[in-house]
Amino acid sequence: MSKLQVSLYRYNPETDSAPYMQEFEVDTQGRDLMVLNLLELIKQDDTTVAYRRSCREGVCGSDGMNMNGTNGLACITPLSQVVKNNKLVLRPLPGLPVVRDLVVDMSLFYQQYERIQPYLKNDSPVPAIERLQSPEDRDKLDGLYECILCACCSTACPSFWWNPDKFVGPAGLLKSYRFLADSRDTATNERLSDLEDPFSVFRCRGIMNCVAVCPKGLNPTRAIGKIREMLLANAT
Amino acid sequence: MSNMRSMTFDAIIIGGGGAGLRAALELAKSGKNTAVLSKVFPTRSHTVSAQGGITCAIASADPNDDWRWHMYDTVKGGDYITDQDAAEYMCSEGPKAVFELEHMGLPFSRFDNGRIYQRPFGGQSKNFGEGGQAARTCAAADRTGHALLHTLYENNVKHDTTFLNEWYAIDLVKNANGDVVGCIAMDIETGEVVHIKSKATVLATGGSGRIYASTTNALINTGDGIGMALRAGVPIQDIEMWQFHPTGIHGAGVLVTEGCRGEGGYLINKDGERFMERYAPNAKDLAGRDVVARSMVMEILEGRGCGENGDHVYLKLDHLGEEVLSKRLPGIVELSKTFAHVDPAKEPIPVVPTCHYMMGGVATNIHGQAIGQDKDGNDYIINGLYACGEAACVSVHGANRLGGNSLLDLVVFGRAAGMFIESALNEGVDYLDARDSDVETAMQRINRWNESSGGESVADLKRELQSIMQNSFGVFREEKNMKDGVEKLAELRGRIAEAHLSDKSLAFNTARVEALELDNLMEVAEATAIAALERKESRGAHCRYDYPDRDDVNWLKHSMFFPGEKRVGQRDVNFAPKTMDKFEPKIRTY
Repeated sequence: MSKLQVSLYRYNPETDSAPYMQEFEVDTQGRDLMVLNLLELIKQDDTTVAYRRSCREGVCGSDGMNMNGTNGLACITPLSQVVKNNKLVLRPLPGLPVVRDLVVDMSLFYQQYERIQPYLKNDSPVPAIERLQSPEDRDKLDGLYECILCACCSTACPSFWWNPDKFVGPAGLLKSYRFLADSRDTATNERLSDLEDPFSVFRCRGIMNCVAVCPKGLNPTRAIGKIREMLLANAT
Repeated sequence: MSNMRSMTFDAIIIGGGGAGLRAALELAKSGKNTAVLSKVFPTRSHTVSAQGGITCAIASADPNDDWRWHMYDTVKGGDYITDQDAAEYMCSEGPKAVFELEHMGLPFSRFDNGRIYQRPFGGQSKNFGEGGQAARTCAAADRTGHALLHTLYENNVKHDTTFLNEWYAIDLVKNANGDVVGCIAMDIETGEVVHIKSKATVLATGGSGRIYASTTNALINTGDGIGMALRAGVPIQDIEMWQFHPTGIHGAGVLVTEGCRGEGGYLINKDGERFMERYAPNAKDLAGRDVVARSMVMEILEGRGCGENGDHVYLKLDHLGEEVLSKRLPGIVELSKTFAHVDPAKEPIPVVPTCHYMMGGVATNIHGQAIGQDKDGNDYIINGLYACGEAACVSVHGANRLGGNSLLDLVVFGRAAGMFIESALNEGVDYLDARDSDVETAMQRINRWNESSGGESVADLKRELQSIMQNSFGVFREEKNMKDGVEKLAELRGRIAEAHLSDKSLAFNTARVEALELDNLMEVAEATAIAALERKESRGAHCRYDYPDRDDVNWLKHSMFFPGEKRVGQRDVNFAPKTMDKFEPKIRTY
């Protein structure tokens, strides 16, 4: 069994004037490791390699990266799913500034998340127990609330690459619709009017890269479509 | 010192998981100058991995439910070294804290009447153990921790909490009187080390499951708060008590929620036998976690384990049907497919007891104030230091935590700590400033790593530590093996003190973070080992072949590990709830 050829994006702002690709040969002993395990093997030999990781089970969203051209989470992506011709190219998520190696500066992504006011708003008096919600209304949140903020979707989106400061992006819009769809939220009009400009929502061109890469199987494009419908209904 | 930047806050909360975020929310609402310092972006904290739910008597599944029944279960589950004043506070305040979460937007699953969905979990009963199985765990499908953590983060965004994200706390700073007056912390992105001055320092750093080779815990769970406390001379309580969750996925260690058994799943051995019927005839698969984990190991040791090596058992869920699985346990279906390569709708999941939770921690009162012990064995408050969540030992979990009680613990006591700190700050807090020499003391460790020029690698030493803990301090323990482990750890400590950080760069140097984490793993492992050797009985999660019985005469006590002399002392358990009679220790059966 030949060793896996790994090409890794390297950049340390203190020592490198420009990023470069470093080649590694990794002996996986024929195991179908997760990409994160592969990075751990590399880091054992070269401790300078930097990447984020935490839960190692696909729920915390730390280790989003670009693997052979596709965004995903390293901890739940088996080599068999991404390696082609015994070669794997690992790069940081595209479109965001690189801090070091596979670590990107997520500030713009988080700013768009905060911009949609990602919290429940309800102006009615707080009851002594929970607010009631029918199972049917609660079902409307499935496929929306599970987002882990890994940024795989937004950094795969050409509209976000062009206008990361003005287009909310698929993750932020999915979150926005999560509150628009919540029967307990009373700020629908306010939320919609904040999104009315030509960029926030309408820069989405329906390319659906977000849907293709979401490691949780969520569908931001559909959520964006729902927001558009609500905006159009509001306008007429 | 002169060139080191300092920052000043009324309160600094170290850790951005559920406990830290809940405390922060309280303080942010109060308008105090507060910051949360977290080594990861808050939603990457380990609370996100909690699955099954938050246990609380909100009287939804059963309108007659009573928080006192929940308290009884909690005290019994902890094998009677649960502090009853703390359990009383948690169980009675719990509903308020859970309803607050719902009002904040947490997307709980629902019953047809619109109320929060509750499922049965292990160790739950009605009517003080007399009324059969209760269903008391409030759930958002099997992603409750994710839903809870995101909801808390969202509400901190709403209230403009200050975050120092991707900052790493290195050590506590104490003044000349021994009060905790802040910490030394590193901005991971730039490598800058800053002196943070604060009147209240809250350890909300979570657990330390990474001392074991096999754990459900995130890679970040390295006991940073416990390590900092021990190096500052703060004793740690009940640290020998580690919960092994019955159902970690064999090989991967990934958690499979107890909610699977709550929804009707059960464990089988290689003969297909539902073996828990033999060990716990009443509660069966929903006995306490310590009981189920031991039974599984017994099955394996007696040759009834599954697989080629007979080293695991199976969790059977296929009889629940696709609808229950997709509605109530969608995350488990996903994890099983990814990490065990099985579809639970068709095949059972290979599972094995896996290190899951640290019952011990910084001893605190119900306000989160850290407690030390003087030479005469009397409690005293450690000025300026607070702890909440898994890093604290308040102690509601005693010798064994019940499923669903950790999420309740962290919201109830995170909230309580926040409220108390607000009022303490309002009353006025006046501690001496740290002297340059105090700051220098706190800098010793990072300086040591930065000046290291040779020695062994962090990754190798960490692996060795994890293997010692796995082999000598697992589900079953005995003296000879533990003594061997203690000796090996002592030797390892010397080598870690000489270990090498080869990458001295500043920007996002994760090797430096991992080196600093290794020191903390070492502190937690050593405290665990010495305390485990000292507790000569079997209670809750601490089970010894050589002392198979509970010893209420000598050990109906908390252990206290004192780092200076590496000594284990005892501390009284609280048997004085305020509003009701205490629960007397009884033989614990399920």
